[in-house]
Formats: sequence, structure tokens, C-alpha cells
Amino acid sequence: MEQVMERSQEKAHKRETSPEQLKFWNQLKETIATGVFTVTAVISIVAVFLICIFLFANGIPAIQKIGLREFLLGTTWAPKNSNPSFGIFPMICGSVYITAGAVIVGVPIGVLTAIFMARFCDKRYYKFLKTATDLMAGIPSVVYGFFGLVILVPLVRSLRIWFGGNGCSILTASLLLGIMILPTIVSVSEASIRAVTDTYYEGARALGATHERSVFRVIVPAAKSGIMAAVILGVGRAIGETMAVIMVAGNQARLPQSIFEGVRTMTANVVIDMAYATGLHREALIATGMVLFIFILIINLCFSILKGKEH
Amino acid sequence: MGAKFEKNHGAAMSVHSRLEAVFFRIVVYGAALVTFGMLLYIIGYILVKGVPHLSLDFFSWTYNSENVSLVPAAVNTITMAVLTLVIVVPIGIGAAIYTVEYAKRGSKVVKVVRLTTETLQGIPSIVFGLFGMLFFVSALHWKQSLLAGAFTMAIMVLPVVMRTTEEALQSVPDSYREASFGLGAGRLRTVFRIVLPPAVPGILSGVILAIGRIVGETAALLYTSGTIAKIPHSPMESGRTLALHMWMLANEGLHEDKAYATAVILLVLVIAINYLSNRVAAKLTVQA
Repeated sequence: MEQVMERSQEKAHKRETSPEQLKFWNQLKETIATGVFTVTAVISIVAVFLICIFLFANGIPAIQKIGLREFLLGTTWAPKNSNPSFGIFPMICGSVYITAGAVIVGVPIGVLTAIFMARFCDKRYYKFLKTATDLMAGIPSVVYGFFGLVILVPLVRSLRIWFGGNGCSILTASLLLGIMILPTIVSVSEASIRAVTDTYYEGARALGATHERSVFRVIVPAAKSGIMAAVILGVGRAIGETMAVIMVAGNQARLPQSIFEGVRTMTANVVIDMAYATGLHREALIATGMVLFIFILIINLCFSILKGKEH
Repeated sequence: MGAKFEKNHGAAMSVHSRLEAVFFRIVVYGAALVTFGMLLYIIGYILVKGVPHLSLDFFSWTYNSENVSLVPAAVNTITMAVLTLVIVVPIGIGAAIYTVEYAKRGSKVVKVVRLTTETLQGIPSIVFGLFGMLFFVSALHWKQSLLAGAFTMAIMVLPVVMRTTEEALQSVPDSYREASFGLGAGRLRTVFRIVLPPAVPGILSGVILAIGRIVGETAALLYTSGTIAKIPHSPMESGRTLALHMWMLANEGLHEDKAYATAVILLVLVIAINYLSNRVAAKLTVQA
């Protein structure tokens, strides 16, 4: 009898300790897991931080040596001269011209396609076309660039009887980039057009407006800020595009006189010269990347402000 | 008289609005035709011009100046994709688990993480390339190597993996979590046993999208992984990927036919990757 009592006490004792131990181990596991997940979440913050530090730490000294005015507004890029000159104004202009051209080409087509996808497209084909726009976003920029090189460049070159130039020009790059930013503009504008509540459309139809009129006069204006956000995202894509632009833009580091002349963008400057640059020349290229980065940060800021407005 | 006027007015309006409707319709359908026609033209042109150039010697094991074989580049592309995924998948999934499952509502950390991932998403690949060159290649003395390229790519595709994982986790109904907690499971067990399994297709589709980005990337890899056309013996050596291979061919201008053929391979890869990602993502919507 006593033995039995003892045993049951022992059992009770064991039962008391082992869950506690279990609890301890579980808590430890939970704590470690929380720590690990937090660290992984913080990595993206660290990455952005490091990118900023490394670009600015390498770019700012170069700008100090060259002089901010001389660097940003100087019109001669002659890094290999005995008296070298590092003015990236032609490249800034090049990036701006080509991006503006891409917006002129890509935005009307893109927004109208988005309207088609959201409000005109037959449901049967929608899924297929949606996949097609995703695919368009997935095609590598070298492939776009190569397409531009073998199709668009000869096309523009054939106009040289009237306009001159050899085909690698602002116009060519704008056409190509206009095509390349289409998927971005289509998918973001489509989402914002779809986000407009149906009551707007129904109200317009009830007042006697046609389907087309309701879409263009009521829904699209309501989605305005979302469409603007899409355009800004497209601008970001266009200004940052590198390889495709190099293949079709001609890359002459001077201020162009017409859209049939070649031009060099900031991105092209970095890639083309980096292959052989040393010393201050190399630092000036990193500073060019930094200027591009600042452009992108400003564009991102505009995008988030507009996106905030939408909601 | 008033009635007559109204009637006339009404008729004029209807003609006007009918014209307007026709105009809008033409413009919208025209734009869609241009967009999808352009895509079809690009794919069709490259396939038609490139497929005849796909010859056997293009797939020979070694690269030399006479035979610009793409096999080394293809092998390097696979290595690059695997290395990048090994780095980015645990980080991306972990970060998404943190923001969706662990962080409190309205947490400041999550806000900052959102902001930085959005920033990362907007940064052009050449800036990643510059950073990779400055940090991994120079500062860490890794030289131009597959590893430096893989780390650069990992930072670049991190937002893709993270966003898709977040969306997949958010699509798992809260009742699953509540039931698991109610049965006494801890947070860790709930995440791994209950929430992650139904989210796998969504995560996978994000990972496949990331592979697509890695396969197509050039600007970020040019000065990080380098352009040597050999299969390196270790990840610490330089090697060009398929997209870089194509970039070199197109720029040298000596092997246009081979550039076409490489473009075909790249296009087919990208189409296959997109298709796969869609198929996998469709699985998720069926389940949820």
C-alpha cells in the first residue's frame, strides 16, 4: 500500500516537472524563432542602407573633386583627355529625353490597353491576355534590346534621307522603351481602374450614358491617381533601363540637336565606361550612378504619395 | 414647338453619343491590338529568325572563338539561379513570416520594412550592379565571381519573394490559426504546420518569378559575376550567364545568328517560367 502511494507520488512529481521543461524548451524555441524571423525582416532595411552608404561614400568625394556645378551642368564628358572634363549634363538630358519619349509612346497605348483589359475585354480571352502582359514584363531587356537593334534601328535608319542619322537615336530608344514600359503601365492602371466601385458605372448607365461614355467620363477620371502612379512607375522603369537603351541609343556623350541623333543616358554612361575606367573617371561613374539613384528615389517618393492618395 | 425642339435635340445627342462610343471603342481596341500585336511580333520574329540557327555545335561542351557555344553560359545560369535562391528564399520567407505572422498590427518595423522593399523594387538593376561591384567585388574582395553575382541578385529579387510569400500567407484564413492556437499549438508550430503548407503554391509561384528575373538579368551581373565564357570550378570564379552571353554576342556583332539562337533559348525559358508560375499560382486560388 505504501509502495503504491509512493509510486503515484513519484508519478505526480514527474508529471509536474516534465511539462514545465517542455514549456521551457518551447519558449526557448519560440524566442529563437522570433529572433530569426526578425533578423530576416531587417535584412531588406540593411540592404537599402548599405546601397545608400556605398553609393554616396564613393560618389560624393568624386563630386567634391570635380565640383558640383561642373559635374551636373558641365556639357563636356572627356574623361581621357590630358585635361579631363567630367560633365554629365548631356547624360542627364539623354535620360530625360528618352524617358519623356517613352512616356509619349507608351502611356497612351498602355492606359488604353488597361481600359480594354478592365472594361472591354471578353472574359474568355481575359486570362490569356493577362498572361500575355505578364510575359511581356518577363522578357529580358537584352532580348528587347536585340529586337530594337534588328528591327527598330533599320526602320529609323530608313528615314535618314529626310532626317539624317544612322538609326541609333533618341527616337529609336523612345520607341523601344515605350514598348518596354507597356506591361508596367497596363497592369498598374488596370488594377486602379478595377478598383473603382461599380456604383459609379451603374450610376452613369442609369443616367443614360453609353458603356463607352461611362467608362471614359466616369470610371477613368475616378482612377486618375492610380493611372498617374502607373505612369510614374513607368518613368522609373524607363530611366533605369540600361542594356536595351545602350543597344539602340547610339551613346554619343553630347547634347543632341534633334530626335534623330544619338544620345547617351546616365545608365549607359556607367556600363560603357566602367569596363576600362580607373581613378577619378571610375569615381565619376559611381557618382553618375548616384545621381541616377537620387532620380529614382524622387520618383519612388512621388509614387508612394500618389498611391497613398488612392486609398 | 417645345416638344419638337426637344425631340430634335434628343436625336442630335444620340448621334453624337453614338459617334463618341464608336470612337472610344476604336481607340481602345486599337491600343490593345498594338500592345498584343507588338508582343506577338517580337516573339514571332525572334522565333522565326532564331530557330533555324539552333544547330548542334551551338550546344557543344566548350566555348571558343569559332564556336560560341552556349552550354557554359547555360550551366552558369543554373548555378547562378540555385545560388541566388539558396540565399534569398530563406530570407524572403522568414521576412514575410515576420511581417504577417509575428509583427503586431501597425508595427513600426513592418512599416520601415515595407518602405525599404518598395524602394528595392524601384531601384534599377544597374544600381544594384554598381552596389554589388563596390560591396561584394571590391569591399569584400570576392572579385568578379558567381557568388558576388548571386548575392547581388538575391538583394534584387528579395522583394519579389517577400511580396508573394506575404500575399500567400495573408490568403490563409485566420480560422486556421485560431483553431491551431485553440488546440494549444505554439506560434512556431502553427506557422510551420498550419499556415505554411496551404501557402506553398503562392510562395512557389513567387520563387519561379524570381528565377525568371535571374535568368533575364544583365545589367546587375555585368560587373559582379563577370563575362568569362567558361564553367568555373568554384562559385568564387567569374562566369557569364545566358543573358550576358547574348549581350556579348549582340554587342560584338560578329555572331548575329548565334545571338538570334540565344534569344530563342532565353524567350523559351521565360515563357516556360511564366507558364509554370501561373500554373502553380492557380493551384493556390483553387485551394483558398
